[in-house]
This record gives sequence, C-alpha cells and structure tokens, in this order.
Amino acid sequence: MGNEMISIDVEKSIHTAEGDIRLNINTSVKQGELLAISGPSGTGKTTLLRMIAGLVNPDRGTIKVGSECWFDSEKALNLPVQKRGVGLMFQDYALFPNMTIEQNLHYAQRQKNEKEASELLELFSLTELRKRKPQSLSGGQKQRVALARALACKPGLLLLDEPLSALDAEMRTTLQDHILNAHKWLGATTLIVSHDLNEVFRLASRAIYIRGGNIVKEGSPSEVFDNIAAGGEQIAGRIVAIEPEGSLFIVSVMSQNNQLIKVPVFEDVIGDLAPGDEVTACTKALRPLVSKLKNII
Amino acid sequence: MDVAFLQTLWITFKLALFTTAILIVTGLPLAYLLAFGRFRLKPFAEALISMPMVLPPSVIGYYMLLLYSPRNAFGAWLDSNLNMRLAFTFEGVLIASVIFSLPFMVQPLTSGLRSLPASFREASYSLGKSATTTFFKVLLPNIKSSVITAVALTFAHCIGEFGIVLMIGGNMPGETRVASIAIYDEVQALNFSTANQYAFILFFVSFALLTVIYSVNRKPEVWETR
Repeated sequence: MGNEMISIDVEKSIHTAEGDIRLNINTSVKQGELLAISGPSGTGKTTLLRMIAGLVNPDRGTIKVGSECWFDSEKALNLPVQKRGVGLMFQDYALFPNMTIEQNLHYAQRQKNEKEASELLELFSLTELRKRKPQSLSGGQKQRVALARALACKPGLLLLDEPLSALDAEMRTTLQDHILNAHKWLGATTLIVSHDLNEVFRLASRAIYIRGGNIVKEGSPSEVFDNIAAGGEQIAGRIVAIEPEGSLFIVSVMSQNNQLIKVPVFEDVIGDLAPGDEVTACTKALRPLVSKLKNII
Repeated sequence: MDVAFLQTLWITFKLALFTTAILIVTGLPLAYLLAFGRFRLKPFAEALISMPMVLPPSVIGYYMLLLYSPRNAFGAWLDSNLNMRLAFTFEGVLIASVIFSLPFMVQPLTSGLRSLPASFREASYSLGKSATTTFFKVLLPNIKSSVITAVALTFAHCIGEFGIVLMIGGNMPGETRVASIAIYDEVQALNFSTANQYAFILFFVSFALLTVIYSVNRKPEVWETR
C-alpha cells in the first residue's frame, strides 16, 4: 500500500441487540490519518472494521485503497483477508494459547525477526512476560500483547477495536502514546473504535460518529463532539451524581481519566440529565453548561 | 500362551492401529469441513457419518457384504481389475472398521474445532496466514485434548468391535479372528481359561484407554474472551 487514500462506500444489513439495522457507510480516509469511530453500541462499528479487514462481506458497495480495489460487489471482486495486509486487533484479543507471547509476535511477522520482536516487547513493557503463555496474563497485559502483535506484521492499515478498554487510566495514557508512536513509526493509516472521548481527542486527527448504521457526524474530534461554542474548560465524562443545592443542582462529572468535576447547573438546564449519562461539561464564565452527548449529536 | 492366542491379539491390535491411523488422516479434514464448512448437504453428511453410532453393526455389515460381493458392481470391478475379494479378508474388515469407527474420530474433533473462538482463525488470516498454516499452527495445537480423546476412543472402540468383524470377516484364525470373537468362540467350546485371558486383556486395555481420556479431559478447555 503506497501513499493512498482509502475510500469506503458500503451497505450491509446487520443484526444487533437493538434489532436489524442497515449499515450504510460512505467515507474516505487519508493515508497516515488516525480516524476515530465512535457511536453507541450495536451500531455497526465493529462490522465496519471487519468489512475493511475482509472478514465480513458487505452486501453492496466498494472498498478501494488507492488504485487497489479490495472489494467491489458489482465486479464480484473480493481480496482475501490474507492479502489485505491489515493489522487487526480483536476485541477478545485472539491471542493464540499454544504460543508464548514472543511466539505470538513471531507468528505475526512476515519474516521472523528477533530484533524487531524484542523492540516491540520492549515498547509495550512485555519483555519480562515474553516466555509466558497468554492465559497467565491480566486483561491489560493481553491487550498490550494484542496491540504489539497487530503491529508485528507491519500493516499498512491498522484497525483497532476498542484497544484500551481494559486498562486503568494510567496504563491507558501510556498506551495512547504507544499507539501514537506506532502510528507514526509505521506511517500507517489507523482506524480506532473508541467510546472514550479522551482517547478520541488525544489520538485522532479525524472522527466519525455512527448511529443507527449511518455516519451522523464527521470532522475533527472537536467538531464532532462539541457543538457548544468554544471557550472555557471542557471535559467529557459521565454523571455520577446530581444533588440539589438551593435553586441550583450540583452535577458531579467523572471524566475518563477519573477526575471529578462539580458543575453547578440551573434548574431550567438540568432537563433530563441523570446519573450515568455521558456528557460534556463546559465551564463558561458565569454560566456552566452540562449537555448530554446523545442530544448534541 | 500359544501362537494362536498371540496371533489373535496381534490381529486385534493391528486392526485397531490401522483403523485409527487411517481415521486420523481422513478424520481431520472431514472434521474441519463439518466444523467450518458451509454447504447445503451438511446435515445430510453429519447424519451419514453418525449413522454407525445408532445402527446395529449387522446392518452396516450386511451392506458391506453386498458391496463386496462379486455379483455387484463394486465387488465385480474389484474382482476383475484387481483380482481382489474383500469378504472374509483382513482388508475387508479394515475398510468396514474405518467406516464403522468414523463418528468416534470425527465427532470429538469437530466439537473441539467448533469450541475454538472464531477470532483465532480470523486473527491468523489477518496476519496473512493461509488456512492450512492456520490449521496446523493455531487450530490443531489448541484442540490437543480433543485429538487425544478422538484417537483413544477410536482405538478402544476398534478393540471392542464384534458384530461388524463377525459379519464381514467371520472367524478365520490368522486373518480376521479378533479377541472379541475369540472369546465368544472359546466360550462356545467351553475353553473358559482362554476366554478368561482374552477378556482380561480387553478389559484392561479399554479401562486404561478410557482413563487416559478422562484424565486429559479433566481440565476443560475454556476459551477466555477477556
């Protein structure tokens, strides 16, 4: 894959927990771009990644990478997954239990390269665990191995399905740096499914938000996740408590890196906000705002 | 122990060994096809392979005899082209035994392969590996206990086979006489001490093999997802 753009125009009916939906995605990704894919669960984000990887066939449409055509329903063209050269990180990690961590990486390499494998092990702080089998690792450690393995085949396109969800805040920040470094090191285009707004803002150069099978918003992370006028501090997080205080409510918002922020909110603004909602909180001078994420988008 | 006794035991184990060897080679691709293949006749194929588990050996034996008979197409072809008659020969019994033991090999392998998360195959494919490499490097090493179960079960079942050998092979010393038939024969002839020796050996071997199966399966393979 050279310096080429990926254009995706696909349709597929999928069964989800919320019923059948029609996935209809039309977008393009520039070479070297780090694109975040967000949206509620059961909306086709994972299916989209799997279609790009070649594990699921779209009902209709085309996937093109530069001059190369990976999928074209009209020409009955479908490049097998083996030939696409994507680094795919699975939600369940899919580490091979019969191999050690090191062997998992060696297996992924096109040509066995001890030096590069040890560099990757080092990069993900896995050197100590190299001789262990995946079953003996914690969730976070497995996630790091899965990420390292996806990089070991030096893919031109990196597809990450919620890569950091099992990690604590500190490890997540470190790994976000690793993803950024890996992304730059490979010069690969990276697609990352993420629910974590911090992650999206920190990593992605562009974001798409999918709901009900369609892209409902597309642009820079701040364009996608923020239609509140800029200004003041803004955080994204989840409401953990709402306490009345005189004519005000004090809304406690826990950000994704576990910062607790208390925002006073007027009665007329509180609306249907409830604990558990994902929100962005913005402290403008005199009038702090808390807005539900679903309502914005 | 006399020569005839050892010969009968040798034929018994030879039959089980050959059957198991043929079945591991043919059973693996068949199990792969049943576990992952998508074809319209799959339920039909699955039913056919499992038939020996429910049919009496005499039914299969009867059809195999018909098949082998030089009066019918296949038997006549064998007779005229290869000068071969399969009824009442070791080869004839071996073919029948392979067919009859098929489900004991294929079923554990199929369920072992099905129990693996689909992501193992997908991950291996996404790393550029072919289906064959994936099978030998990723899938097979992770269903070891299923393989041991399938092999031990097939072998044990062959050792204990009675009906089909009797139907097709009869009771020809040095050719088709196996231990299970010899026991029947010796009891009929009131040679209880020889029957007792055969019986003890069969009992012991089967018990040992089943113990192997249960000890390798003590820890069930649970595939953690997260």
